[in-house]
Amino acid sequence: MRTPLYRLPPLFLRIAMMAVLASALWLPGVTRAALPASVIEKLALGETEDKIAAVGEVVAAADPEGLNFLLLLLDGKVQTVANKQAIIVRDGKAVDAVTGKDIAPPPEGAEDIILNNRLRREIEAAIAALKLVSADRTARLAAAKALEGGADEGMLPILAKALEKESDPEIKALLLIIQASVQLKSSDAAVRLSAVKALAGSSSSSTKTVLLAILEKKGDEWAEPDAAVRAEAQISLEAVERRLVTGQRIGQVFSGASLGSILLLAALGLAITYGLMGVINMAHGELIMIGAYTTYMVQNLFRAHAPGAFNWYLLAAVPMAFIVSALVGMVLERVVIRFLYGRPLETLLATWGISLMLIQGVRTLFGAQNVQVENPVWMSGGVELLSNVVLPYSRIVIIGFSGVVLLLVWLALTRTRLGLFVRGVTQNRAIASCMGVHTARVDTWCFGLGSGIAGLAGCALSQIGNVGPDLGQSYIVDSFMVVVLGGVGQLAGTVYAALGLGVVNKFLEGWAGAVIAKIIVLVFIIIFIQKRPQGLFALKGRFADA
Amino acid sequence: MKRRHFLKSFTVGAAVASALSLGALQPAYGQSTIKVGVLHSLSGTMAISETVLKDVTLMAIDEINAKGGVLGKKLEAVVVDPASNWPLFAEKARQLLSQDKVAVTFGCWTSVSRKSVLPVFEELNGLLFYPVQYEGEELSKNVFYTGAAPNQQAIPAVEYLMSKEGGAAKRWVLLGTDYVYPRTTNKILRAFLKSKGVADKDIDEKYTPFGHSDYQTIVADVKKFAAGGKTAVVSTINGDSNVPFYKELGNQGLKATDVPVVAFSVGEEELRGVDTKPLVGHLAAWNYFMSIKSPANDEFTKKWAAYAKAKKLPGADKPLTNDPMEAAYIGIYMWKQAVEKAKTTDVDKVIAAMAGQTFKAPSGITSKMDEKNHHLHKAVFIGEVKADGQFNVVWKTKGPVKAQPWSPFIAGNDKKKDEPDGKTVIAK
Amino acid sequence: MRDATTARAGLPLPGRPALYGARGWAGVAAAAGLIVFIAPLLNLAVPAGAALHLSDYSVSLLGKIMCFAILALAMDLIWGYTGILSLGHGAFFALGGYAFGMYLMRQIGLDGVYKSPLPDFMVFLDWKAYPWYWSFTDHFWYALLLVVLVPGVLAFVFGYFAFRSRIKGVYFSIITQAMTFAFMLLFFRNDTGFGGNNGFTDFKRILDIPIQTPQMRMTLFVITGVVLIATLLLARFIVTSKFGRVLTAIRDAESRVMFSGYDPLWYKLAIWTLSAVLAGIAGALYVPQVGIINPGEMSPAMSIEIAIWVAVGGRGSLVGAILGAFLVNGAKSWFTVAFPEYWLFFLGAIFIAVTLYLPRGVVGAFAQWKARSTSAKAAGSEPAQKAAA
Repeated sequence: MRTPLYRLPPLFLRIAMMAVLASALWLPGVTRAALPASVIEKLALGETEDKIAAVGEVVAAADPEGLNFLLLLLDGKVQTVANKQAIIVRDGKAVDAVTGKDIAPPPEGAEDIILNNRLRREIEAAIAALKLVSADRTARLAAAKALEGGADEGMLPILAKALEKESDPEIKALLLIIQASVQLKSSDAAVRLSAVKALAGSSSSSTKTVLLAILEKKGDEWAEPDAAVRAEAQISLEAVERRLVTGQRIGQVFSGASLGSILLLAALGLAITYGLMGVINMAHGELIMIGAYTTYMVQNLFRAHAPGAFNWYLLAAVPMAFIVSALVGMVLERVVIRFLYGRPLETLLATWGISLMLIQGVRTLFGAQNVQVENPVWMSGGVELLSNVVLPYSRIVIIGFSGVVLLLVWLALTRTRLGLFVRGVTQNRAIASCMGVHTARVDTWCFGLGSGIAGLAGCALSQIGNVGPDLGQSYIVDSFMVVVLGGVGQLAGTVYAALGLGVVNKFLEGWAGAVIAKIIVLVFIIIFIQKRPQGLFALKGRFADA
Repeated sequence: MKRRHFLKSFTVGAAVASALSLGALQPAYGQSTIKVGVLHSLSGTMAISETVLKDVTLMAIDEINAKGGVLGKKLEAVVVDPASNWPLFAEKARQLLSQDKVAVTFGCWTSVSRKSVLPVFEELNGLLFYPVQYEGEELSKNVFYTGAAPNQQAIPAVEYLMSKEGGAAKRWVLLGTDYVYPRTTNKILRAFLKSKGVADKDIDEKYTPFGHSDYQTIVADVKKFAAGGKTAVVSTINGDSNVPFYKELGNQGLKATDVPVVAFSVGEEELRGVDTKPLVGHLAAWNYFMSIKSPANDEFTKKWAAYAKAKKLPGADKPLTNDPMEAAYIGIYMWKQAVEKAKTTDVDKVIAAMAGQTFKAPSGITSKMDEKNHHLHKAVFIGEVKADGQFNVVWKTKGPVKAQPWSPFIAGNDKKKDEPDGKTVIAK
Repeated sequence: MRDATTARAGLPLPGRPALYGARGWAGVAAAAGLIVFIAPLLNLAVPAGAALHLSDYSVSLLGKIMCFAILALAMDLIWGYTGILSLGHGAFFALGGYAFGMYLMRQIGLDGVYKSPLPDFMVFLDWKAYPWYWSFTDHFWYALLLVVLVPGVLAFVFGYFAFRSRIKGVYFSIITQAMTFAFMLLFFRNDTGFGGNNGFTDFKRILDIPIQTPQMRMTLFVITGVVLIATLLLARFIVTSKFGRVLTAIRDAESRVMFSGYDPLWYKLAIWTLSAVLAGIAGALYVPQVGIINPGEMSPAMSIEIAIWVAVGGRGSLVGAILGAFLVNGAKSWFTVAFPEYWLFFLGAIFIAVTLYLPRGVVGAFAQWKARSTSAKAAGSEPAQKAAA
């Protein structure tokens, strides 16, 4: 197990919880008592209301055995036989939940217990409450965070107990807020007033929810009868909202950067094939798609042959995506595109034909439906910056990845022999040829490089979006806009254009909605090109009809 | 020169291969066949959803043929590809009706494709079976709607979320792709919510363009809105955009226990491309789920798995069935029964014979074609997403629900007739 | 433009060639006769089922393709003759279609689903009155005016700024693509007031005459055919004129044209605007015949396809453009039925093959083959047989 630095997905969280639990069982002072049969029966066989009542009983008893059972229940390990017997099924072995006796062989026709959201919420809150007294700090913190907004009166005793024991300031602060949010329902106005004051320190959106509920007016009657409490609630609400707004700003900038990094990845390959070589490659999107499908294939191989290393399939998928897309690109260059150099508009038509064929080819091979590319565990979930800003790991990784790809491309173009040749050939083909550069071969390699980068983009995109035959179509127009806006032949321009468009788009989207934002961006590009026909960063020098 | 040869032989090879496969689809039965049109997009943006409908229709046709066909004649499928291009839908419909002279057509997915072919079917008096849930507000004598009308899907789902069991939601985000189905559904839902005492400020209606793939802002907005009280999201996001939407939901930590999302366009097939573990507990409302336990469904899923394997369909390693597939399947069998009752494929007589047809549907109920309004009576199920991409049915209606193509929640619809105009009365 | 002509009146200029030779005119007349007399006869007078009957399906298909042929001619003028590749002609086409579609929607009158004077989609959005830009669209002539004006003014403004900034080549193509993309997004919005994704459908009548009748279909077919021939003659007139020769010169060497004292801006702007207007007219003819107009026509892919029709037929050749529209769309119609699962392979392969092996399109290849065979015949030597074989 890795240390749970990340916010782990439920499955892992549960395993972690069980490990913690196991240690908790041997803590001194905690009595080990089997769960009463009546509670188990209610949990497993009762109606929803019975189940909820039973969950309350478990919390009230603060019984570790109960925690254990709730975890199993949530995990779908508890089943029922003929609506009479509750059993626990683990690793193909069944145990009677009440008596603890083995049942071999496992009974036929055991049915899952179906939990709906309401039950799941109750059980999760109960688990969190029970874990507030865990020995492990991380587990307590996670439990406290999970309880924000989910606690009820039944949990007050356990909260008090936890507060008494808690020494960690961060958790303690959280617990106080949780306690306060429960105390809001107290019948004593003084308790409510102090609770409302305590809530001012929260930065959670669930606190905003409860504060808003206090300030609500139904007909002529206020939800909160005491005016002093209401006034204090208003003050607390503003404090909480201020923090939330900061969070939203950060979130907006982040999502802009994330969109920008995606645009950059999608456009970087095009910046080479189109920017440097002048090939209008309408099949660029399909090379991205091929990269995504390669990732899918690698994922399947890992799942079939190396399930243990599944979480690291991306490490193999990245180079594979590059290689496959690069190969496809090089084949295209050899077979079609090299005959069309210097006729950019005709390349457009031919590559359009190629893109149609590639789309239909993938559709025939893999089907018209999307395929599933699973995020590795370390890319699921996100880091919680503030309670209302979660930065998804997948997007953080992609931002970093695009930076690395950019660096590598820059190195390849400026520090390698191929890069030197490429620059030479794009600047003056005839002279480069005279100097002994095999220009045709350089073209092929260069096109392969651009295509390979498209493959990398596909690999990254597979982690956040659809993987289907039409994947590339949605990026091709945007990619061209980025390259043209940045200035053909300029990597730096592409970078600025991608990030700029990403951030501007996201800010406009928050203000005017997705469609209008996109339209404004397109109109902006059209106007911008009027002003600077060569893009942000024009190549210096004089060019006749280019 | 070599390349030229390669291209040539490739083209010829492809042509021969496709001609052969086409030959397999259309055995030469001569005059003793009944032609049946299949009008689903096999390329373009809608291929993702429609291809399986074509396959399930062909499967049903094979089944019927294996049992001797209809009226002693085999069915012959005429498959065309309208390529997700709406004018092409109308052109192909005209071709099927006037050139191929098909007795019936099974097809369309999007509302716009249906609207595009509708005038053609009405002009040439054709017969269309439309298998997808849709917005209602339409009733044509030439169309049988085997998918759900809004009251057979959307309203029960919202009622469920309002109930204590469903989480007692007080605030609503109505989130959809900007086209007619979400717009209509949300209009109906807004009226419905208002009738239940939900204030306008507690309803947030949002639309995204087709193919929208960046849901960061939307999910952040939902979070913000949800801070104002117990919130549920009603999603009518169109097929392809769902994957990025759900991925974003999962990554930003918006759990179903906090803000449940109920979707009307997300089924087993749409979840194929998603890692469903973070989505456990989000909901979908349909008239059929693959996980429904019934003998008819066992048979249906088994037949589909065998068919997918035999035809080497893509995705046959994980054969999935979904609601529109069930609706398509019901449609073709009901048509067969109606033809047998009418003893002819004459459109007007078949339309008359369709009234009151029943079929033991895979969803476990006996679906009935309404005597008048050309819609099926269907049971409504609400399912929660499981970790394996299937659904747990957490709620269902007591029995089949009659469709209301003219939703009572839209002003002026109370005066509408629950029956298409211009039906020919056939003397019994 | 005229200044340029008079200023150089003293120079010996080549005379204006005839529009067509005798054979050319015969071809045009034959086409006109076919469209105006033979087709209606075969469709309306010959009973269905007879061998010579022209089915309604064929009429609507041919009518649609003729609209595309007009569009292809418009594209050929700007791309084939002036060297400016527009990837935004779909927008002009669709705008013309929408302009006429507005009139068709008004003609539905009270026959919509909601029996309201507003179109169904407006009733649906709870709009109580037509927005301002729908004013007067119930007048047929005003609608026709819009068909010409909307694409024309848009193209003029767009072109003026673009050509003034000397945006050329690929840059121009990309911003026209951005334009059509922006329009598509705008029209997809239901709040824009053009029916969103569904666009306009379910037309009932034109000039109070029902639209879904064979007679009306034939009338539209004939009108489209006549417009197509008129467009062809107009385009021919332009490209054989001095104006046309300047355009060709701009295509081949714009700098030299400038150095010779011409300002390419107005030449380009004129042909660009004309081309957009023609595209709009094609769109207006298209809508009543296919019965639907929606933003899908503005997708970048559609605009690329227009260029492909011209490329397949042969750019820089007017007949080629028409031929290309017929070939590609005919192939599409046939392939989607005959090989529904594989047709994209064929279509893609055709595009690649044409650009690689027929850089001047089908017409160019035919001319080349003819030139080769006649020159070989003249020489009376062996290669003649080879070429013929």
